[in-house]
Amino acid sequence: MASQPPEHLPPQHLPPHQQGGPDDVAARTRQILDAHAELEGPLLPVLHAVQAEFGHIPEAAVPEIVQALALSRAEVHGVISFYHDFRTTPAGRRVIRLCRAEACQATGGDVLAADIRARLGIDWGETTADGRVTLEPAFCLGLCACGPAALIDDRPAGRLDTARLEALLAEAAP
Amino acid sequence: MTLYLSQDAAARALGADATAEALAAALAAALAATAPGVRLSRTGSRGMVWLEPLLEVETEAGRYAFGPVTADMVAALFADGVPGPDHPACLGLTEDLPWIKRQTRLTFARCGVIAPLDAAAYAAHGGLRGLRRALGMSPADIVEEVTESGLRGRGGAGFPTGIKWRTVLGAEGPRKHIVCNADEGDSGTFADRMLMEGDPFCLIEGMVIAGLATGADRGFIYLRSEYPDAARILARALDIARAEGWLGPDILSSGRAFEIELRIAAGAYVCGEETSLLNSLEGKRGVVRAKPPLPALAGFMGRPTVVNNVITLAAVTGILADGAAAYRDIGLGRSRGTIPLQIAGNVRRGGLFEVGFGLTLGEIVNDIAGGTASGRPVKAVQVGGPLGAYFPPEMFDTPFGYEEFAGRDGLIGHAGIVVFDDTADMLAQARFAMEFCAIESCGKCTPCRIGAVRGTEVIDGIARGEPGRIELLQDLCETMKFGSLCALGGFTPYPVLSALRHFPQDFTPRHREAAE
Repeated sequence: MASQPPEHLPPQHLPPHQQGGPDDVAARTRQILDAHAELEGPLLPVLHAVQAEFGHIPEAAVPEIVQALALSRAEVHGVISFYHDFRTTPAGRRVIRLCRAEACQATGGDVLAADIRARLGIDWGETTADGRVTLEPAFCLGLCACGPAALIDDRPAGRLDTARLEALLAEAAP
Repeated sequence: MTLYLSQDAAARALGADATAEALAAALAAALAATAPGVRLSRTGSRGMVWLEPLLEVETEAGRYAFGPVTADMVAALFADGVPGPDHPACLGLTEDLPWIKRQTRLTFARCGVIAPLDAAAYAAHGGLRGLRRALGMSPADIVEEVTESGLRGRGGAGFPTGIKWRTVLGAEGPRKHIVCNADEGDSGTFADRMLMEGDPFCLIEGMVIAGLATGADRGFIYLRSEYPDAARILARALDIARAEGWLGPDILSSGRAFEIELRIAAGAYVCGEETSLLNSLEGKRGVVRAKPPLPALAGFMGRPTVVNNVITLAAVTGILADGAAAYRDIGLGRSRGTIPLQIAGNVRRGGLFEVGFGLTLGEIVNDIAGGTASGRPVKAVQVGGPLGAYFPPEMFDTPFGYEEFAGRDGLIGHAGIVVFDDTADMLAQARFAMEFCAIESCGKCTPCRIGAVRGTEVIDGIARGEPGRIELLQDLCETMKFGSLCALGGFTPYPVLSALRHFPQDFTPRHREAAE
C-alpha cells in the first residue's frame, strides 16, 4: 500500500485544472474515488485529492462521493465544512497562509497582519478582486523561532515584515 | 570535501535555498579549479534557527560552522576557496558551539548531521539498532523496557508510554494500530516538524518498534497540512524504508510485518486531541469522543490503538538501542529522559535545545535563549502552546518538569516556550486565547463552544471598564475547565487566568484607553 502521493500536498497551492462541466467533475471524481478504494476511512484523502484537482471542492463532486462511500449528503457536507482547509469556491492564484499564533504575535505578527490586510484590501479568508491572492490565517506553521512567518503556497518565509512579504508576493504572482 | 546546509523549513524560510543555489554556482565556476570535488549535502537542522542558513564545512577535525550565510554572502565567503577555521567569519567547530555542547542530544542526535533520506547514513549513525534489538525480544519485554525508561507522552499529556503500550498489548482484537500524532498545532512548537524533516527514518523505526511491542501490523502518521515539507520528505522516506526492508511484510528478514500510511490532516487544531484525531482518520468530523472507551481498547475503527506523539515514538528507538537505564538516569523527579525544548517568539537565540528535564525556566530564557531579540525586558513566557499558562519572570525558578509546572498552575505541553517582551498586552493575549478556542472548538461541549465566544465578550467588557466582569471571567473559566471533555475547552482557562493573575495591571480600563 503506497503512502499518499505527495502531489496532493498541500491542497491549496496546486493550480486548478481547466474546469470542465459538472459531468467532467463527476467523471474525474469517480476516478479519484477508485484510486482511494482500498483505504480505510478514505474521506479526507479523497477530499484533498478532489481539491488538488479542481482547486476547490465543486458541488458536482459531492453526489459521487456520497454514492461511492455510502455516506449521506449531510455527512459529507459536515466534513467539508468542519475543516479549515477545504474550500467550496476557488482560491486566488496564490494563497498566503499567514501565522496568527502567539510566537508570531510576540515578534510583531499582529501589526504585519493588519498591514497586509489593509494593503491587499481583504480580510482573512478573502481573495483580492483581481483573483491574485487569497489570505488565510494559520495557527502555527512550526516556524516559531523565525516569526512572523507565512507559507506562500507551500514556500516557507520567516522574519517577515510588510515590505518583504510584498516582495515575495510580487515574485510569486506577477 | 562536503559542505552541509540545512533544508529544514525554518532554514528555507530564512533563505537556505537561495544560499544553496549560490553555492552551486560558486562550486561550478571558481571552485572547480581551486577546490575540485567539493559537494553540497542538504541536511536537517541543528536547531540553531538564529544562525540559519547555517553552512558547515567538513574537515578532518570536524565540521566548522558559518552562519547566517545568505546568498549574497557566498561569493565573498568563497573568494579564496572553501573557507576554513582561520576564516574571520568562522564560528568554530559546530560541536563546540555552546548551544550544541550544553545539550544531551538523544532523539535529535542525527538531526542536522545526516541527509534525511540517506538510508546508509541513517544506519551508520546508530539508526536501526533499536529495531534490531526489539526484533529479538518478546512484545512484553519491549513494553517492559519502555516502561522502565520512564518515558511519558511528549505530545503534552505526559501519560506513561509503557502503560499505554501494555494496555494495547493485552487488548483482544484481530487487528491493532499504531497512530502517530503528527498534528503539532501548538504555537511555539516545531520539534515534530524538525524530526520528520531531518530524521524521518527515526520516526518510522519507532513506529515499527511500537508495532512489534503491541502486536499491531499497521500504522498511520496523521500529519498536519501546514507542514508540506515534512509531507514530501515522509512520503519519500516511507518508500525508501519499504525498499530497504525496514517496513513491509518481512522487516529486516524477520518474518514480521508492519506497514505505515501517511495521512494529511485538514487544518483543525482540535485534531491534535487523540480521539478527535481518530475520528478525522476515519473520515469524520474531528469531534472529540468521550472516554472511556480508551483509544488503547477502542481506537481507530474501534480497534485497539496506540496514539503517540512523534517525539515519543522517536525516543523509543534510543531507549531500545541503549537500554532503559541510560534514558531513565537523565531527568528530574517523575520527568525522565530528555525533552526537546523549543525556544521561540521574541528571543535572541531561538531554536531547538534537547536536554534532560530540570533546567529552570530562567536558565532557558536568559542563558540559553539570551533574553529577548528586541533587547527589551521579558514580560511573560507562555509554556506549552496556546493552552499553556503565561509565566512572569518572578516564576523563572520553576524547573522544567511535568509536575513542577503543574504545581504552579501551568503545563509543559509539547515543550514550546514563547517569550514576550514588555510591549505585550496581556489582556489582548487572554482575549486571543478565547478567540482561538472559539475558532477551533469542535462544538461538542457547550462550555467550550459557547463559553469561548462569551469569554471574548467578557474580556472586551473588562477593557471597557464594565463592573463585575473579572469575577464573571473567573467563573466562566471554572465552567470551561470542569465542563469540557478535552484540553481545548478545559485548558483555555490556563492562559486566560494566568494572564489575569500575574498581570492585573493590564486588565484595567485605564490601561486600555492608554493603549488605544
